[in-house]
Amino acid sequence: MAETHSLQDIRQQAAIAAKVFIQRDYTNGTVCQFQTKFPSELETRIDKQQFEETVRTLNNLYAEAEKLGGQSYLEGCLACLTAYTIFLCMETHYEKVLKKIAKYIQEQNDKIYAPRGLLLTDPIERGLRVVEITIFEDRSTGSGR
Amino acid sequence: MSAVMVTKKVTRKWEKLPGKNTFCCDGRIMMARQKGVFYLTLFLIMGTCSLFFAFECPYLAVHLSPAIPVFAGLLFLFVMAMLLRTSFSDPGVLPRALADEATFIEMEIEAANGNVPTGQRPPPRIRNVQINSQIVKLKYCYTCKIFRPPRASHCSICDNCVDRFDHHCPWVGNCVGKRNYRYFYLFTLSLSLLTIYIFTFDIVHVVLRSVDSGFVSTLRDTPGTYPFTLLVCFFTLWSVVGLTGFHTYLISLNQTTNEDIKGSWSGKNRVQNPYSHRNILKNCCEVLCGPVYPSVLNRREFLLEESAGPAARATPQSTVTNGDPATNSTLPPTTKTTAPLIPNEHTPEESKPSIADPPEKSSSPSAQEPPTDQAPPPPQAHSPLSPGDKTVTDQAAEEAH
Repeated sequence: MAETHSLQDIRQQAAIAAKVFIQRDYTNGTVCQFQTKFPSELETRIDKQQFEETVRTLNNLYAEAEKLGGQSYLEGCLACLTAYTIFLCMETHYEKVLKKIAKYIQEQNDKIYAPRGLLLTDPIERGLRVVEITIFEDRSTGSGR
Repeated sequence: MSAVMVTKKVTRKWEKLPGKNTFCCDGRIMMARQKGVFYLTLFLIMGTCSLFFAFECPYLAVHLSPAIPVFAGLLFLFVMAMLLRTSFSDPGVLPRALADEATFIEMEIEAANGNVPTGQRPPPRIRNVQINSQIVKLKYCYTCKIFRPPRASHCSICDNCVDRFDHHCPWVGNCVGKRNYRYFYLFTLSLSLLTIYIFTFDIVHVVLRSVDSGFVSTLRDTPGTYPFTLLVCFFTLWSVVGLTGFHTYLISLNQTTNEDIKGSWSGKNRVQNPYSHRNILKNCCEVLCGPVYPSVLNRREFLLEESAGPAARATPQSTVTNGDPATNSTLPPTTKTTAPLIPNEHTPEESKPSIADPPEKSSSPSAQEPPTDQAPPPPQAHSPLSPGDKTVTDQAAEEAH
């Protein structure tokens, strides 16, 4: 059972032991960034580098979404000229990156977090305020490792 | 599981949102509850424009140029599009913390405060963060159970924390925040252009006719509604143009109305606006052409709500889209925390008659608001918006606690 490591399995079987919330990092303004500080609750489950790598990748993706520059200005001006009706049939740059983020989180969950009894929640589901990491009870990791 | 499924009915997330909003078109449209003044705005704009198109445009098109009504029509469409976009979109509402997150924050606060002796007041819930080497205080929101992000504020009318909160604008019937500020600004800008345009061609019309047949006979020939257009335009002109100027000033400094009124970056204590790029052009670009932020509410997501609400923890799979254990198990407690909450099914059918009786409408749902809050000062009564038109800060909400 523990070998399958599917997300669905973990959700159905394991009881939630704890939840950790990675808060936003506002040092560079209101751009969406998360703190890379390693929470002590995860120490037994995952190593620091791996965790930091995940958060840093997420931060880079959000920075890409909110980047100011030629492309975003062009998008803004074009949309304005059409009275923003263009967004009815076109995805914004931000939405495209959000899809990328959702995919990345799914991938990380499947590859790294689920086998360790952890689960990342896409920040968009928490209003981009936090990265929620659910820690499930230990039994799957005990036999899995 | 399947037995439970039978009793479940499909609901969408917007039906369970705890704020005081109304939703139309199955959650696509989101507005404040009180919409009387919004209907007045619609009436004034549409009334003035239809009079202009009906009585002045035919004459002007024949005697001057057919381009005049065409341009007026385009401008009018743009104004309406911006108004509806501002009114109907999510201003940037921050979802409330789910129970788990709220407890987590609560624990962090307690850990930070240490042991408070009984009888002593615990220290205020404030978190200091450094933003571009400037210390900014984040306040805890007792309603939303979160530390408000910088620039966010709780709107006491809509009962939501709104990101980059500017003000609650009764004229557009919505909060103005991160997601609809640019539409709001373009609305005021295009509306000023439209009023100037109509006002000018009103006068041109009168002058042309007077040259043709004399001033007195012009007044006799033109319909009685004519002064209405002129009057509305005249008063709107000053207030809307003034408002546009004020917001242009704010945008060039990358400030919000809320921050301006509170004097957050007025230079006292050498605090400067940490969000400004110190470059007028760059500030304008960021506010008007920056990235288009998506709504984080996910209003149309499906929820499977079962009849036995409190038992939801046992079946974490009831959220269809992602099956995330936290989403549903924690929903019932959060909705319960706000006791005086009126559920959102109070929607269009009920609020539409309010065109006729705006005062009654505005007094009933928010009895806790001071009555002076609701009545805009007289000079603004003619304008769809004006600088001071109600910035609801979080202070009222905080005093209540």
